[in-house]
Amino acid sequence: MSDNLVEIRDLYFAYSADRMVLQGINLTARRGQVVAIMGNSGCGKTTLFRLIGGALRPTRGILKVDGVSMGELDQAGLYRLRRRMGILFQFGALFTDMTVFDNVAFQLREHTDLPEEVIRDLVLMKLNAVGLRGAQDLLPSELSGGMARRVALARAIALDPALIMYDEPFAGLDPISLGVAGNLIRRLTDTLGLTSLVVTHDVQESLKIVDYVYFVSEGVIVAEGTPAEIKASELPYVHQFVHGEEDGPVPFHYPAADYSRDLELAHA
Amino acid sequence: MLDGITRSLRAIGHRVIFSIWRMGVATRFFWLTLLQSGIVLRRPMLVIKEIFSAGVLSLIIILVSGLFVGMVLGLQGYDTLQTYGSEEALGILVALSLVRELGPVVAALLFASRAGSAITAEIGLMKATEQIAAMEMMAVDPVARVVAPRFWGAVISMPLLAALFSAMGIFGGYLVGVVLIGVDEGAFWSQMQAAVDFRDDILNGVIKSVVFGVAVTIIALFEGYDAPPTAEGVSRATTRTVVTSSLAILALDFILTAFMFHGV
Repeated sequence: MSDNLVEIRDLYFAYSADRMVLQGINLTARRGQVVAIMGNSGCGKTTLFRLIGGALRPTRGILKVDGVSMGELDQAGLYRLRRRMGILFQFGALFTDMTVFDNVAFQLREHTDLPEEVIRDLVLMKLNAVGLRGAQDLLPSELSGGMARRVALARAIALDPALIMYDEPFAGLDPISLGVAGNLIRRLTDTLGLTSLVVTHDVQESLKIVDYVYFVSEGVIVAEGTPAEIKASELPYVHQFVHGEEDGPVPFHYPAADYSRDLELAHA
Repeated sequence: MLDGITRSLRAIGHRVIFSIWRMGVATRFFWLTLLQSGIVLRRPMLVIKEIFSAGVLSLIIILVSGLFVGMVLGLQGYDTLQTYGSEEALGILVALSLVRELGPVVAALLFASRAGSAITAEIGLMKATEQIAAMEMMAVDPVARVVAPRFWGAVISMPLLAALFSAMGIFGGYLVGVVLIGVDEGAFWSQMQAAVDFRDDILNGVIKSVVFGVAVTIIALFEGYDAPPTAEGVSRATTRTVVTSSLAILALDFILTAFMFHGV
């Protein structure tokens, strides 16, 4: 068994022929690690997730999950591999017509023949792990944003996957929920022996919990390192990102015509 | 001038090609749904739940509308028939109009706006909130888990609703014709019994309602599944479901009627 759960070598991807979204990504996630993928909006992070989840196919390059090359899988193979992956969507994507309990039980009922008593115990254990055992009878519409994401996390770990991907797990959370979510990701990764990939732009929260960070910009990895290395980095892009500076390699202004000409000051 | 003509011709051509392409995609979607229908036999509870939401929840509107349509038929029919002194034939008129035409057609139109729009909005929103994507990522095929049960639930409900609509309509005609106006009760029922044929009238009506049910449901499911995942996209898809399926019902009704009753 290879030490690397996710292995990406020279990955290229384009939605259409004229625009490459990912241009030669190299990324590795070792078993048991929490790896963050950071970058400003629209840099290709979500596309990368969809590739790892098998929703998209690489245009070129190698993408291996648990030693299996994603580009060569057929539908049945892909579904087999996906049972070993969990994905946490940005807003949870809970099934709105089911209770919290049924949401967490969904995969167990779809993919296993376990008797209902066993499913009940498993679901309660997963809900307990995210602190929401008491909310089992609520509907998703009755949950707060932070709670919904925790339920979605319980649902994602229902089948004890090897890999969990988090799409912006910290977006739009209050400081308490933020800390809870961060600690939960770290704790679940350690206790369940998972590997976690976190797409985020919340630098401060994620640097506390991750083992390794990749910075993506314009479809390439511009920097990588442990949280300590990232904090100390003098690379302009990383510095701007970590310290949240308004202007820098990523400009504040969208490319525009000359300001004075736009305001027609040239005539004056 | 010439430029304008080319442009508008091109626009028309584009629309035609796009519509044909979309019909092809919808047909492929229909085929996929049928292929994934095994789940209906393996887990009948999924279908029963959909029969409840498409069928049982449409009952009120179907029954009330059926009653009113029947009552109007009673009034109008009596008015016309009495000019020829044959008001006893009111039972035949009410029953044949309902069983052959109004039952299947009006019930299907109501079904499209009540259940069809609900199906489109539900699936469109499931897509907009990434529930469909989440299901795929959990290695569950949404066509099998979400689409197929809804398809069969609605297709089973539709002929039953049409039959109830006709039954309610005949009762409405009876109320107005016999109870209110005073047409002879024996003549009303016996003439109806003698004139309505099981194969030519009732069975053909059932066939119509099944065809309409399939058309409405597949349009509703496809529009929902194909809707852009935004508030505007879902609202447009819902409108399109009602408009497209209403037109489909009326067009199919003409075709089916032409085949069924050509010898009469």
